[in-house]
Amino acid sequence: MAEYSAFSLLKNALNGNRDWKQAWRKPDPKPSYEVIVVGGGGHGLATAYYLAREHGIANVAVLEKGWLGSGNVGRNTTAVRSNYLLPQNSRFYEHSMKLWENLSHELNYNVMFSQRGCLNLAHTPGQLDDYARRGNAMRHEGIDAELMTPAQIERLVPGLDMSASARFPIIGGLMQRRAGTARHDAVAWGYARAADRRGVDIIENCEVTGFLRDGDRVVGVTTTRGEIRASKVAVAVAGHTGHVMKLAGIERLPIESHVLQAFVSESLKPFLHTVITFGMGHFYASQSDKGGLIYGGDLDGYNSYAQRGSLPVMEDVMSEMLALFPSLARVRVLRSWGGVCDMSMDGSPIITTGPLPGMYLNAGWCYGGFKATPASGWCFAHTIARDEPHEFNAAFTLDRFHRGILIDDKGQGSTPRLH
Amino acid sequence: MLITCPYCGPRNVSEYTYQGDGNRTRPDPASTDQAAWNEYVYDRLNPAGDHHEIWQHSGGCRAHLRVTRNTLTHVVTEVSFARDAGHRKSERHRKPGAHA
Repeated sequence: MAEYSAFSLLKNALNGNRDWKQAWRKPDPKPSYEVIVVGGGGHGLATAYYLAREHGIANVAVLEKGWLGSGNVGRNTTAVRSNYLLPQNSRFYEHSMKLWENLSHELNYNVMFSQRGCLNLAHTPGQLDDYARRGNAMRHEGIDAELMTPAQIERLVPGLDMSASARFPIIGGLMQRRAGTARHDAVAWGYARAADRRGVDIIENCEVTGFLRDGDRVVGVTTTRGEIRASKVAVAVAGHTGHVMKLAGIERLPIESHVLQAFVSESLKPFLHTVITFGMGHFYASQSDKGGLIYGGDLDGYNSYAQRGSLPVMEDVMSEMLALFPSLARVRVLRSWGGVCDMSMDGSPIITTGPLPGMYLNAGWCYGGFKATPASGWCFAHTIARDEPHEFNAAFTLDRFHRGILIDDKGQGSTPRLH
Repeated sequence: MLITCPYCGPRNVSEYTYQGDGNRTRPDPASTDQAAWNEYVYDRLNPAGDHHEIWQHSGGCRAHLRVTRNTLTHVVTEVSFARDAGHRKSERHRKPGAHA
């Protein structure tokens, strides 16, 4: 029987909640494992879960330097979508979408996945043409997409300034109805519990300080909780990829770490029933079940590991929000924060074997890693277990930059702050 | 975040444009060394700590600046004109009529 059900809720409520099992154990690290996953964020936990579930490899340790879910899995704006132009990206993210659609059931953990749609607003005829092209590319891959007229948009999002006198009048939009949001903490906790139940050791407060080598080969890690050996060491540390890989002697990577800010407003009555993005700048917003607006915009634009940004970007984001929703001018910001994003040189991720023997790398998520969580873990587990990529991540190699086969969905070139 | 321009004094970061990592050396334009170009275009040191980078005071004197900034704290410790760090020998190759 499922651990969490209406029946178990009722029973434990009547029992004073004394009988709940710990969601995951707090084991001490064993001297060796078959696989070590460095990084206990969404991707690392999903990787461990799919290693155990899909490939029968449960002798796995997930090493997390802080507490579980303290990094980007708890810092994103929770949007899930698969509205990409290039087939390498759209196939991967659509696989992720399909895993999302069954995730709460599979994990027996309510990740509150809500397919409320994601609407990209267009403000010029050229932009609308571009959206039509992207929508067609998506439908060609079997992904849902539809162009919306201003009248349809006005009905769907009543708060929007749809007037012709708006600073950037809205002339249409591209909608993916299956897109939406999920509760990000629940994703971390759900994967952690499911992996733990299959025998994975989740070891928190265990920072990797170096890699154990046997010649070229990586054979384990040194940590703040001692040496741990493994035949395979997988790195999924997002924004911290640069300095973790330096510990293994990899000095340069096609990645820059940048800070992205996000904001939550005070609670409002429900008025925004979809994820919405502004087309004349970089702004996106959704409304949580508690009523707060969750929104963000551009990167600050300079290299940073600081998990906080500066005020000019905050001002930009607020002005973009008011260009769409003038009525929000007096709404107060409840809190803001920053996350460290591993910006790759073409805006697409890296899920690959190597770069050293015995090592596996999952990185380059830019600011779109949350929606990828299930497929990233699924593909990374496949790559680790079989020593070769699945067709969904075969294009996400590390050497594609030097070989000239980039996956540049936005066409920005190697300027990571613009992806 | 404040950056102290050698001409204009301390100014808000919004007056500046980030020109990126200053640790890279552009290969000679005539070079056909693919590895060197690949490294220049795609590979980054991306340190957690002091970082050499190029900023332009685009909302001020428009000078290109070489800045040392800590990526963990955002504290700027050193600012100088980027042209002073350039390779002097390249002057020999400068096009006729070009000025510093």
